[in-house]
Amino acid sequence: MSTSGNTSPSSGTQRAMFRVWKGQGEQVSFKDYHTDVTGGMVVLDAIHQIQAETEPTLACRWNCKAGKCGSCSAEINGKPRLMCMTRLDTLDLSMPVIVEPMKSFPHVKDLVTDVSWNYEVKKRIKPFKPRKPDAPDGTWRMEQSDVDRVQEFRKCIECFLCQNVCHVLRDHHKHDEFAGPRHFVYTAALEMHPLDTEDRLGHLKDEEGLGYCNITKCCTKVCPEHITITDNAIIPLKERVVDEFYDPLTKLFKMFRPAKSG
Amino acid sequence: MSDYQTHEHDVLVIGAGGAGLRAAIEASAAGVSVGLICKSLLGKAHTVMAEGGVAAAMANVDDRDSWKVHFSDTMRGGQYLNNWVMAEIHAKEAPDRVRELEKWGALFDRTKDGRILQRNFGGHRYPRLAHVGDRTGLEMIRTLQDYGIHQGITVYMEHTTTALLKDGERVVGAFGYDRERGRFRVFKSNAVVLATGGIGRAYKITSNSWEYTGDGQALAYYAGADLMDMEFIQFHPTGMVWPPSVRGILVTEGVRGEGGRLLNNKGERFMFNDIPDLYKNQVAKDAEEGWRYVEGDKNANRPPELLTRDHVARCINREVKAGRGSPHGGVFLDIAWIKEKVSNAPERIKKKLPSMYHQFKELAGVDITSEPMEVGPTTHYVMGGVRVDGVTQMSSVPGLFAAGEVAAGLHGANRLGGNSLSDLLVFGKRAGEHAAEFAKKYEAGTIDNAQIDVAAKKALSPFDRPTGENPYVVQHSLQEMMQDKVGIVRTEADMAAALDGLSALKKRAAAAGIDGNREYNPGWHTALDLDNLLVVSEAATRSALDRQESRGGHFREDYQEKQKDFSQHNTVIRRGPDGGMQLRREAIPPLRDDLKQVIEENK
Ligand code: SF4
Ligand code: SF4
Ligand code: FES
Repeated sequence: MSTSGNTSPSSGTQRAMFRVWKGQGEQVSFKDYHTDVTGGMVVLDAIHQIQAETEPTLACRWNCKAGKCGSCSAEINGKPRLMCMTRLDTLDLSMPVIVEPMKSFPHVKDLVTDVSWNYEVKKRIKPFKPRKPDAPDGTWRMEQSDVDRVQEFRKCIECFLCQNVCHVLRDHHKHDEFAGPRHFVYTAALEMHPLDTEDRLGHLKDEEGLGYCNITKCCTKVCPEHITITDNAIIPLKERVVDEFYDPLTKLFKMFRPAKSG
Repeated sequence: MSDYQTHEHDVLVIGAGGAGLRAAIEASAAGVSVGLICKSLLGKAHTVMAEGGVAAAMANVDDRDSWKVHFSDTMRGGQYLNNWVMAEIHAKEAPDRVRELEKWGALFDRTKDGRILQRNFGGHRYPRLAHVGDRTGLEMIRTLQDYGIHQGITVYMEHTTTALLKDGERVVGAFGYDRERGRFRVFKSNAVVLATGGIGRAYKITSNSWEYTGDGQALAYYAGADLMDMEFIQFHPTGMVWPPSVRGILVTEGVRGEGGRLLNNKGERFMFNDIPDLYKNQVAKDAEEGWRYVEGDKNANRPPELLTRDHVARCINREVKAGRGSPHGGVFLDIAWIKEKVSNAPERIKKKLPSMYHQFKELAGVDITSEPMEVGPTTHYVMGGVRVDGVTQMSSVPGLFAAGEVAAGLHGANRLGGNSLSDLLVFGKRAGEHAAEFAKKYEAGTIDNAQIDVAAKKALSPFDRPTGENPYVVQHSLQEMMQDKVGIVRTEADMAAALDGLSALKKRAAAAGIDGNREYNPGWHTALDLDNLLVVSEAATRSALDRQESRGGHFREDYQEKQKDFSQHNTVIRRGPDGGMQLRREAIPPLRDDLKQVIEENK
């Protein structure tokens, strides 16, 4: 994104066309809508305007309108994005703007998909387990730098755009064997939490299917929170798994080492 | 007979933001079965938008802080109309609730010696807000969500509740539908906790998402419960004003906490021109002192930008009305200026206010590290809501509890920033605990099929009018009217007109219709929300008309001062036997002597 000034929204009004995936079950197709748009509007505004003007039944999810809740994920002109953060003045409005639901999840209606699978996967990951409080007041002391290390992962807004683009899910449909980048980010947040004592490496290898990831980095490219999913979460997790299960020296060392410490 | 599925729980929690999640966790810990209904997907509730932090007198940064100071600050902010039982409990219990979050995995920013860092915020005497950059709400909701999913709670995502079911005086369940398929659901439960949040969607300019249509307040009202303090609505001073599509989206008070200054189009720091008496002793004399405060100098007083939200909102309003506003009808909020004070200003701003940086850069094309933002007031929070018992959070209807924004009492006439996150933790927990206790104590009630039929019929009625007015249009008219007539500055004439307007809108809402089917049909959802919006709008208007004074979030142009006659009661609304809205003034119980003294000591 360029620096300030030249990205300031202009105020002119113009007619634009939106080609929106509409319908449910077998009865689905693109439907075209025309609406007036002004500077600074985002795709979600246009969808809302279409609801109010012509199609009250048009289904989409949204909450915050500020890129913070991760509800409004869709594919805009083929790119997975948040509708509320996609400004119309960054799109070519001489062409129809194509708005489709995410493809890697079962379709419900219009722009809405069934993302419940993500919630089930998360539930299977072992939760946070802190070490015993070690400060005199019954809490913990932590360094800001230790906290900072995991904050990147905790910024995740669960938009599932990364899940949507990952070819292991999108093309190979490994939903039963592969947790997907969102859950690697989640696992990384837990594993690198300064207080956590749980061991998730076996789960990561066997249940989360970390091995399926071949580091294409597509997930990182679409993350609206700019989380460096591949380099900062997935690769370090892969290294830990290798150390734990495949490195003979570590194995030997492990025999003399107490359980994982924070 | 209507077609529906039945679910049974000991405790049903409606709403899955911070308060609802915290209530569900507590009820579950008490060993009862818990159902948790969210209107959206889990983890998307408005709590994610809370930026600044959670207020708790842990005294990690300034050891002069204590529950007593927090209590006094909260009472002063609420202009002494608060339920002081709640204010006391809140100030005493908030620190434990925050530490508990840490135990569940939350990671707050740290002090140099490794404890939870706390920041300054409007109306709080000492640095008190535990925070994570400017995304504290996300951290909180995610922590509660990730902990909550392992506590055996049954979660119903994307469900809307349209009626509470009663057995005699008691609430014994709820009726609603799942948004995805539109199928009806009956929830049978011994106790119900409302945690549905606010009413922001009654206004045109609001920081609230579509969910905040006053559902809980209206459900309680129809179930016969009291609503209280509905005239007190907080207009947050700093919402985005440009571009139009983001108008109303919140700009955290944290910007001002980090040194942000408000300027009019003459470049004047206008907040220095008007400092209320109640705060004279606590405000910096000049910009220099204000900056020292930001930098943590314990002998300095806060800059006037950190006065209470109602005051700052009105000052901004005045600048704009007087023609001293910014190009798009706001004023300037400038954080970039701190480069005069520190060498690494851009890094510091991005570090402390990452989401704000992101939000302005991407939505408005403004780089806040080098240029000012344009901001103006936005409808943010309702202090009023369901009247509850301060200790148990039970409403005036047995078995019906409320916590968080939907409940009234803690904040009185105005809420301090940071007190809502602590509110929902402290009282979410209490509501869950007492709802579970109530559920264990009483036999299951009987569900009355006639009530279900009435609710089902009402829910389906918009489909009977496929050519009726578009419900979105009715909603927009309501929002325009409330913004215009019952907004930041109110008058008798405007509000009388608003009541007429509401009668007309009721008729339009009753005639609004929708076509299509019941599956994920936002038009239908909007049509059903209208009734709730109308209830809360009428309650707010009637309460505001009755309060002939200005106090906290309620400002009357025709009665600009605080009045002694209005300092001792809360406004209470209840549904009368004829179905009309009844208003009464309810005296505030006299403050306990020891608490009086606490307030005296902290003047
Ligand atoms: S890097 Fe791995 S997780 Fe990310 S999209 Fe590629 S294969 Fe999927
Ligand atoms: S990691 Fe990024 S893309 Fe994936 S769910 Fe989280 S925020 Fe969305
Ligand atoms: S609406 Fe919340 S991220 Fe788009």
